[in-house]
Amino acid sequence: MYEGVVQDLIDELGRLPGIGPKSAQRIAFHLLATDPADIARLQEILGKVREGVRFCDICGNVSEEERCRICRDARRDPALICVVEEPKDVLAVERTREFRGRYHVLGGALDPLSGVGPDQLRIKELLARIGGEEVSEVIIATDPNTEGEATATYLVRMLRDFPGLTVTRLASGLPMGGDLEFADELTLGRALSGRRAL
Amino acid sequence: MAWGLRGSTAWDHGDVSLYRDTGVVLRVHKLGEADRIITLLTRRHGKVRAVAKGVRRTTSRFGARLEPFGHVDAQFYTGRTLDVITQVETVDAFALPIVGDYQRYTAASAITETADRLTAEEGEPALKLYLLVTGALRALAEGQRDASLVLDAFLLRAMAFAGWAPAITECARCGEPGPHPAFNVQAGGSLCGRCRVPGSVHPAPEVVVLLAALLHGDWTTAEDTTFAVRRDVSGLVAAHLQWHLERQLRSLPFVERRAREAPITGRLGSDGVSGDTEVAGAAQGTRGRDSSEGVAGTGQGA
Ligand SMILES: [Zn+2]
Ligand SMILES: [Zn+2]
Repeated sequence: MYEGVVQDLIDELGRLPGIGPKSAQRIAFHLLATDPADIARLQEILGKVREGVRFCDICGNVSEEERCRICRDARRDPALICVVEEPKDVLAVERTREFRGRYHVLGGALDPLSGVGPDQLRIKELLARIGGEEVSEVIIATDPNTEGEATATYLVRMLRDFPGLTVTRLASGLPMGGDLEFADELTLGRALSGRRAL
Repeated sequence: MAWGLRGSTAWDHGDVSLYRDTGVVLRVHKLGEADRIITLLTRRHGKVRAVAKGVRRTTSRFGARLEPFGHVDAQFYTGRTLDVITQVETVDAFALPIVGDYQRYTAASAITETADRLTAEEGEPALKLYLLVTGALRALAEGQRDASLVLDAFLLRAMAFAGWAPAITECARCGEPGPHPAFNVQAGGSLCGRCRVPGSVHPAPEVVVLLAALLHGDWTTAEDTTFAVRRDVSGLVAAHLQWHLERQLRSLPFVERRAREAPITGRLGSDGVSGDTEVAGAAQGTRGRDSSEGVAGTGQGA
């Protein structure tokens, strides 16, 4: 235990995902030795985050405006929607440069053990979008793990009655158990182009 | 850093040991960048929490085997805080068929959460519970029985394992053989006419029959029941379980309860899923005698 504010800082950093006590300590001492101007910039950004990051009205991705850059881009195919769990998955699919459609960010996966059911995700918004827009294909790109697969199962059930809608899932090749964010561009690109109808 | 004070030290290898066991994955938590903490219910070592390194990378060899509901044969080495999983082989790939059906997935989640909660102490052998969990997950994976019935049968027997099964055929207070018309969760189950207390519910006789059938594994009787009876049983089982657990189960309200026709007696259902009719939400007072009045309020979903 360190005295006062230093320990407070270590405790706060330690609450962040993926940061254990040792990393928290390392980051804390790094910050103590950092140039005041760098700290001020970090402070300013944290302040802005607290004032409210917005989410795109259409797809739910993080956005600076009402609609995100991708949803505003007229060159992106509105008939194609790629459904992902988190904003970081949008980045992963974008890195492949294989996808020219738009996204729908669910905000997680169906996980009863964590208290996440269909109502806690942006599933109603997805159904409304498909009902209202000219959507011809929904690509389900949830994580290839238990929660992601269960979410895909549920979505397929909800989507199968939309006339003329094709529902596809990323091709295997993404092994079960992994996180989408860890897939390299090549594997993810191949999974995307080799997607199969459900 | 007074290493020498604790007797055994990291460098004398006295406290580093390997062990091997079969277990079922109850839960996984992310740890650091790409690791996971896996909670397993094992055959001989009870509940074990162990680290699986690098499993979130899509190149991991055993990531897929350590997903929830996986039944595995694993090798561990004893770490200073958490044990570490060094090898895993799949015994039963329960997860695949379970995640292919949302109702089975929610039921399986409630099963693993209950097992996790009933094993407070790590390392305390719980062979009976391990057998119950693997049996229930196997039934869900095979898909021949109604997932909701499989869950309720598991919950009743898991409560018996914990020492608080509801009294069903005898009076919870005086032991008088029944069946009895009143049921009271706080009092421990069925109550005879003399022991009855205010606030008891009065389930239909079929509900009591189904409770007994599920507790004793009489599937012929259990499957020959209507959705309304099954729904009431689920309500009583959930209320009984929640009464005994300190905290509410998170997964239970998410379990999908769907109507499914009772199969023709003597023939095992040939298809677990496709014949289902979804009436969740719209199921009020459908077939048979609707005995929901007496049970309402003991509810689910709280
Ligand atoms: Zn958008
Ligand atoms: Zn009595």
